[in-house]
Amino acid sequence: MSLHAPAEGWYSKKVASDEKWWVALAATVCLITFFWMVIWHVYGKQNPGHQTYKIKEAEFMQLSEAFNKKHQIGEENGIPVVAPPSNGDVFLTAQMWRWSSIPVLVKNEWYTFHLSSADVCHGFSVQPINMNFMVLPGYDYVLRFKPNAAGDYKMFCNEFCGIGHQTMIGKIIVVETQEEIQNLKLTQPKNP
Amino acid sequence: MFRTCDITGLKVDLKGQSLIRINAVLAVITLLIAVVGAILLIFTRWEEVHLLSQVWYYRILTLHGINALIFWIVFFEIAGLYFGSTVVLNARMVLPKVGWLAFALMVAGFLLVDWNIMTGQADVLMTSYVPLRASPNFYLGIILFAVGALVATSLFFVNIYYAKKEGKVGKTLPLFTYGLFVAAVIAVITLTTGAIVYIPTYLWALGLLGSVDPSWYRLVWWGLGHSSQQINVAAMISIWYLVSRLAVGGTSINEKVSRGAFVLYILFICIASAHHLLVDPAVNPAWKIWNTGYAMYLAVLASMIHAFAVPSTIESAQRRNGFTNGLFDWLKNSPWGNPAFSSVIIAIVGFGFLGGITGVIFGMEQTNIIVHNTIGITGHFKGTVVLGTSLTFMGITYYLIPLIFRRKIVAFKLAQWQPWMFGIGISLISIGMMSLGFLGVPRRHYDTTFAGGPFTNEFNPLTGLLWIVTVLGGVLAFLGALSWILIVVFSVFFGPKVKGPEDMQLAIVAEAPAVHLKGKYEAPGTLIFALVFMATFVIFFYLNWKWLSVIWEIK
Repeated sequence: MSLHAPAEGWYSKKVASDEKWWVALAATVCLITFFWMVIWHVYGKQNPGHQTYKIKEAEFMQLSEAFNKKHQIGEENGIPVVAPPSNGDVFLTAQMWRWSSIPVLVKNEWYTFHLSSADVCHGFSVQPINMNFMVLPGYDYVLRFKPNAAGDYKMFCNEFCGIGHQTMIGKIIVVETQEEIQNLKLTQPKNP
Repeated sequence: MFRTCDITGLKVDLKGQSLIRINAVLAVITLLIAVVGAILLIFTRWEEVHLLSQVWYYRILTLHGINALIFWIVFFEIAGLYFGSTVVLNARMVLPKVGWLAFALMVAGFLLVDWNIMTGQADVLMTSYVPLRASPNFYLGIILFAVGALVATSLFFVNIYYAKKEGKVGKTLPLFTYGLFVAAVIAVITLTTGAIVYIPTYLWALGLLGSVDPSWYRLVWWGLGHSSQQINVAAMISIWYLVSRLAVGGTSINEKVSRGAFVLYILFICIASAHHLLVDPAVNPAWKIWNTGYAMYLAVLASMIHAFAVPSTIESAQRRNGFTNGLFDWLKNSPWGNPAFSSVIIAIVGFGFLGGITGVIFGMEQTNIIVHNTIGITGHFKGTVVLGTSLTFMGITYYLIPLIFRRKIVAFKLAQWQPWMFGIGISLISIGMMSLGFLGVPRRHYDTTFAGGPFTNEFNPLTGLLWIVTVLGGVLAFLGALSWILIVVFSVFFGPKVKGPEDMQLAIVAEAPAVHLKGKYEAPGTLIFALVFMATFVIFFYLNWKWLSVIWEIK
């Protein structure tokens, strides 16, 4: 009883058959749910890696600026548009309240993203596919992506990062083939 | 000094009673702050109205989160811990002066935190992730509050120890107090973690410490932020058992099973804090899976055991009270006019179907990718903490007003409607927000059109409709919460005094007779509900993983 100590013999009372069956079913579902995550690592295609490097904020920004310089093919709203080679690295810095570049990716090719922050924690949220990761200062988070459809994707920050948080939006462009990159209509940077 | 309750026959230590009362009063005050914040926030997020400015949106969001999730709930829990360790056991409040000290620390912490938020010195949201920086007094306020709560929790153990020593407790505690004991153990773990994370952060804010690692902060902070919600789960389920006893005379159909489930909470529930770090750098998949899976979901198993054990407690008692026809006659003839009872039933259904199912699925390593930091997460915890815990706490208050405050409940008709208003309102918010989350709408965001940013964004047009559902739910829940606050305040301060058992508006039913029930099953109706729940889980499980499987490949 919940207000008084239980009646004598409560410990040896047999469990009713419906309760027994329910516990057995629940325990089975729990185990399946648990091993499902492990099995997805073998058969599933969405398993974020855990490669991470500690890095100084300034050092990462240098890497990301050097990456922009090397692969820049244009500019949009003041943000460099970059075309990394497939299977190559993409260094992306989140900073109050902007993303450091607009990557142009080719469908069905792998890219190795390096995500880090120059100041506070940010969120890397790719829409409309709704794919979300954390971006922390001092950590280079290495994630490999293979886009499966062409189009313009928006990149939100979805971790509160100060009062300008609601203006932090970027873009990722995915094209069908390598050749299409040349045909993109882009503004050229004023000081290349 | 004791008084003997003329309704329950229990001996009530008056020094304990004052502490229960004062902590409950603070709970109501902090809930009022949270609720006023909530209605401002929902009309800001609905961009058709966009009520507050951006600065005030984030400021009120910080205020709402801390007052709703920490202050309201912990003040209420401390009142509950004193109640469970004195009144229920006929025992005394051993160290009332220390109880007042704890209370003073908690109030000081609460005032300091809210003052710093409202004066714009802590626009860092509830989680205050470093290196976002608030004024040092904000962190100091949280430390004071946590230390006060820790002291109060230790008093619970002191009371139990002396009750046992003085022969007030037999071989074991009553189930209600047993569950609270579990909540108190989890509270010690949680509040200590809070001190571990906030002390260095405080020193850093003072400039005495160079930096606090953001990954370390997130790891340890969630030991406070999530585990504190597990205190709520244990306290809430204890109240479910208590209300089953008071409203229909029910006792757990198997105490060993119910108690075993509580032990699973102590052992495994706190590690689940890891599900906040599933898309973080610096932690590996094995660590994520083991911890987010509560060690093979043993803590989820505990919740599923209670999901059967609590309704079956009610069903079995009702059947023994004579409602034996068919599968659901017992439910139809339950005391629906008792607002504590209806609160608990709505809380059980909401916690299970809205909060529980999404809690497990959103918290799996890979499916977290498609929900992390979307407003779907907010929708999930409206289901657990608000619909589950807050509504349960509101419900049990309808018993505490006559028994502890010795007042009749004013506007009793409104009190009977209140759980439904609040319950349906929060359900609509929860469903609305979860659906918005699936469409990618971020949480904690002032303007999802991104005006002023380099690009704009347009969501699926369905979001417009979903926002209307959410806002309607918000208005209904606001009215429900406000009704509860008004009923409590008017009853406690102006309600007619309770002179004896004839003034009880909520029945306290005698324990159901120990007749042997016919048939193979003890609670067949509950089993049907449980199977419907499981089927719903499977459907949601399938939909989420299907959705995940069509996004980009990730390695």
